[in-house]
Amino acid sequence: MTDKYEEQSAGVDTTAKSGGIVSSVVNWIDDRIPMTRVWNMHIAQYPAPKNFNFWYLFGSLAILVLVNQIVTGIWLTMNFVPSAEGAFASVEYIMRDVEYGWLLRYLHSTGASAFFVVVYLHMFRGMIYGSYQKPRELLWLFGMLIFLALMAEAFMGYLLPWGQMSFWGAQVIISLFGAIPVIGEDLTLWIRGDYVISGATLNRFFALHVIALPLVLVILVFLHIVALHEVGSNNPDGIEVKRKKGSVADEDKPKFKFHEYYTNKKDVIDAIPFHPYYTVKDVLGVAGFLILFCWVVFFMPEMNGFFLEAPNFEAANPLKTPEHIFPVWYFTPFYAILRAIPDKLAGVVAMGASIVVLALLPWLDRGKVRSIRYRSIWHKLNIAQFVVTFLILGWAGATPQTVFSTILSQICTVTYFMFFVLLYVYSKNEVTKPLPTRLTK
Amino acid sequence: MMKKLLIGLFALLPTLTMAAGPTVPLMDANIDLRDNASLQRGAKLFMNYCLGCHQMQYQRYERTFRDIGIPVDIGKETLIFDDSKVGSHILNAMSKEDAAKWFGAAPPDLTLISRVKSPDYIYTYLKSFYKDDSRPFGVNNVVFPLVGMPHVLQELQGLPTPITEEVVENGNTVTKIVGVETDGSGEMSDDEYDQAARDLTNFLAYVGEPSRLESEAIGIKVLGFLVIFFILAFLLKKEYWRDVH
Repeated sequence: MTDKYEEQSAGVDTTAKSGGIVSSVVNWIDDRIPMTRVWNMHIAQYPAPKNFNFWYLFGSLAILVLVNQIVTGIWLTMNFVPSAEGAFASVEYIMRDVEYGWLLRYLHSTGASAFFVVVYLHMFRGMIYGSYQKPRELLWLFGMLIFLALMAEAFMGYLLPWGQMSFWGAQVIISLFGAIPVIGEDLTLWIRGDYVISGATLNRFFALHVIALPLVLVILVFLHIVALHEVGSNNPDGIEVKRKKGSVADEDKPKFKFHEYYTNKKDVIDAIPFHPYYTVKDVLGVAGFLILFCWVVFFMPEMNGFFLEAPNFEAANPLKTPEHIFPVWYFTPFYAILRAIPDKLAGVVAMGASIVVLALLPWLDRGKVRSIRYRSIWHKLNIAQFVVTFLILGWAGATPQTVFSTILSQICTVTYFMFFVLLYVYSKNEVTKPLPTRLTK
Repeated sequence: MMKKLLIGLFALLPTLTMAAGPTVPLMDANIDLRDNASLQRGAKLFMNYCLGCHQMQYQRYERTFRDIGIPVDIGKETLIFDDSKVGSHILNAMSKEDAAKWFGAAPPDLTLISRVKSPDYIYTYLKSFYKDDSRPFGVNNVVFPLVGMPHVLQELQGLPTPITEEVVENGNTVTKIVGVETDGSGEMSDDEYDQAARDLTNFLAYVGEPSRLESEAIGIKVLGFLVIFFILAFLLKKEYWRDVH
C-alpha cells in the first residue's frame, strides 16, 4: 500500500519536490486526497487550444457571477424577511439601514442580469463555433440544464422583493401552467401553495431560491466542467487539438508539459496549459467585465428600468394591477413568443419548444464542420437572422402589446424556429470550406 | 400574398397611433442631489405640507438630517412636529381607513415615489394642479387626471387655471389642457414656486435612494482601481503569452 501511494504522488508531483514545510504539508495532503493530481490534470497541465478569442471569456465570467450571486445572496439573506408582510420593508431596510446593504443588493440585482448577459454570449459562442457537435453533446445538454435552472432561479428570486412587478409577473407566469389540460389548475395551486400568489408562495420561492436551485446550479456547473475536460475544449477553428496517438511529429508537439491522462491516449497539438496562460487571460477578462459591471452597480443600477423595473419600487398589491406587466429583459424573447400566439396553451407550448429546441442543436445540426469560419454562406446568414430575430423578440416582449408588435412577434417566432429547420435541412450536404490541419491565429 | 400583408398593415395603422395614447410631456425637474440648501428647503416643505397625509415609512429622521446637512438637534427642534424620536421612521398619525374615506384612496407612501415615477413626473405633477369645480377639492391635475389630492401648496402657488388649446384628434376637434396659469393669489411668484417644487422634488429624489451620492463616490474609486488593475492584468497577460507566440 505504502509503495503505491508513494508512486502515485511521485508521478504527479511537480511542486513539492524540494524539502521544507510547504512540500511536506502538500505531500501529507496528497497522500490523503488527490490535490496536486487534480490541480495538474484540470488546471496546470490541462491542454487548451491556443487560439481562444474574446468569446471564450464568458465561461469563467459566468462562474465569477455565480460566486457573486452566492456571496451577496448569503449576506442579503441575513436581513431579508421572507414573508408577505415583511419582505418589501426588509429590502428597504437593507437599502437604508444595513451597512453597505445597498451595495449588496445592487451587486445581487445587477448580477442577475449580468448572469444572463454572459450566459447568452456563452451560448452564442457555442452556436457559432459548433461547440455542441459530437462529441460535446452532453456538455451542451448540461449547459442547457444550467440555463433552465438559472431561469427558474431568476424567476423565483424576482418574487422575493415583493414589489408590484414581482407579484404580477409571478401571477402571469404561474398562471401559464393553468393552460395545461386536465392537471393545469391543480398544478398552479400546487406551485403557489395557495389560490393566489401569497406569503405561502413567497416562502417556498425563498427556500427554492436560496438553497435548492443554487445547489442544483453548482452541481450542474461541476458536471458541465467535468464533461468539458473529458472531451476537451472546442475552439474558433472547430478542429480537435487532441489527435490520434502517433499522428503528430515530434517537432510539431507543443513544448509544454501536459498531464499523462491526456498524452497517454492522444497526441496533443497547438495547445497550451490552461494555467498560467488562460488563467492570466481570464483575469484580464474579469477586469474588463468588472469595469462594466461596477459602472452599472454604482452609477445606474436600475439600467433605465431594465434591471430594476420602476413598478417594483411599489409594494405588492393584489388589488391593483400595474398598467403593463413585463418580465425582466432576459425573459422577454421567450415572453414575446408566448404572446405572439393567441391560444394560451399553444403559446405555452411554443415558448417551451423555443427553449427545448436549443437543447436539440447537436442533433439538428447534421454538419461535420463546426466553426462558422469554414461553413457556408447560408449558415452565416441563418445565424445572423437568428441574432436579429432574438433581439427583436426581446424588444417586442418588453413593449406594451400593439398590433404591430404582435405581428412582428409572430414573424419572429416563425424565423426563430426556421433557424433550426433550415439548419437541419442545409447542414446535411452543406458546401463548406476546407478545414486547416493546424489551428490558425 | 405580400400585397395582402401590406394592405393589412396599412389598415392597422390608425390603431397603432391610438395605442400610443395621449401623454403629457414632463417638465425637466433639473434637480441636484448635492445641493444641501435645496434638500433642506425640500425637507421643510415636506414636513409642513406633505407629512400630514403622506408617510415615509422606510426613511428615518436622523439619517435624513445627517445626509442633507442638518445638525440633529436643530432638525429635532424644527422638523419633527410630533413626539417621534430622531431614530424613528417618518410617520404620521392618520389611519389608512380614515384616509381612504376622506380622499377616496389612502395617500401613498412617498419614500420611493421618485423611483416608482420619476423626479420629472413629481416636478410636473406639483406644477399641474388647476381649478376644477367638478372635483371634491375643487382641483384637478393635468398629469394625474381625477387625482384625489387637494392642492396643498395652493397658499404658495395660488389657484391655477388651465390653458386650453383646440386640437384635432382623429378628425374630431377636442379641447386639451396644455398648461396652467396661476391666479396670483399665492405667497410665491412663479419663479419662487418653481424653485419650491424643485426643492421638494429634490428631497423626494434623495429619499428614494439615500445611498446615491455615497454610491457614486465609492464607484469612482472602484472604477479607478479597476482601470489600473486592467492595465496591469493586460501587461501580465502579454508577458506570459510571449512564450506562446
